[in-house]
Amino acid sequence: MNFLHGITLLLIFQLIGEMTAILFDLPIPGPVIGMMLLFSVLLWRGRSSAPLDEVSSGLLSHLSLLFVPAGVGIMVYFDRIISEWLPIGLTLVFSTLMTMMSTAVVMLWVQKKLSKKELKHD
Amino acid sequence: MTEASLSHLWVYLSASPLMGLTMTLVAYSLALKLYEKGHKNALLHPVIVAIALLIVFLSVSNMSYKDYFEGGQFIHFLLGPATVALAIPLYQQFSKLKKNWLPISLAMVSGVVIGAISSIVIARFSGASLETLLSLAPKSVTVPIAMGISEKIGGLPSLTAVLVVVTGILGAIMGIKLFQVMKIKDDSVKGIAMGVTAHGIGTARSFQVSSEMGAFSGLAMALSAVLTALILPYLVTFLHWLELF
Repeated sequence: MNFLHGITLLLIFQLIGEMTAILFDLPIPGPVIGMMLLFSVLLWRGRSSAPLDEVSSGLLSHLSLLFVPAGVGIMVYFDRIISEWLPIGLTLVFSTLMTMMSTAVVMLWVQKKLSKKELKHD
Repeated sequence: MTEASLSHLWVYLSASPLMGLTMTLVAYSLALKLYEKGHKNALLHPVIVAIALLIVFLSVSNMSYKDYFEGGQFIHFLLGPATVALAIPLYQQFSKLKKNWLPISLAMVSGVVIGAISSIVIARFSGASLETLLSLAPKSVTVPIAMGISEKIGGLPSLTAVLVVVTGILGAIMGIKLFQVMKIKDDSVKGIAMGVTAHGIGTARSFQVSSEMGAFSGLAMALSAVLTALILPYLVTFLHWLELF
């Protein structure tokens, strides 16, 4: 029963999210709004529930499975990917590395700045 | 069984969603087994192996992607509720998030902006076509959201879906090595960088490292998706105005 309750709750929040996005013409996708709403509700309630814990750990532990059907779509774009393999490859590898490095470096740098400031205050 | 009845059976099966759905689960289970047997070698990433197995199966059986997706869509659909489900680990890690909100938000903004600009600039100067360039721009955002952004800025949504999956796999593979080289030990930093860059696939990889890294990665994936959806359309207009592409 837990699983049924959990998935129903997730779908209700997704539905509210999708409706909000359409009604207010928001650029944010519906599931993301649903996630933010559910997060606010959890904060307000002050605790999660067993059905939600169960269904979320079930879905999230097999998250990569959910990307497979979209990934198989690569077969539709074989020709384009072969003719543009160099720009696509270079962009994917280097931009991915740059994104990851800059995120980590900025976070470490700001953390360091903040902890120094705290030390001074003490 | 005669040949005629066999082909009749095949026509029935390939038109029903059951085939695509079942084959996706079979391919993924086989890929997971192989991954465990191969001592979790990054090149045997279950998503790569499952996709490869399915493409071989579809080409051999002469089934089109469209027919396959009739079944695959049921799994694809779960990306929506899975995105909503990220609220739960996010909530569980909220106290850590609150303590760290400034470094996390600044890191995410820079990751989103540098990710988008670097992909447009590299694609432009290595000679990608306009459609490919625009399809690459939201590559670090989780599939359903990236497809929406791609459509908005003039890319090809289904090409974006593929590029997003490849980015996720690359990020999951390169990230772990990169963090070793950069000597980063803090799971919250690793998780944030992974989630901003490699969305759900990176998050799945992060949960294997620790639940803390997974939660931060999930958080970064969710928030950076919102940020990208808000920033990217304007950034693309701006770069276009600069005549960068």
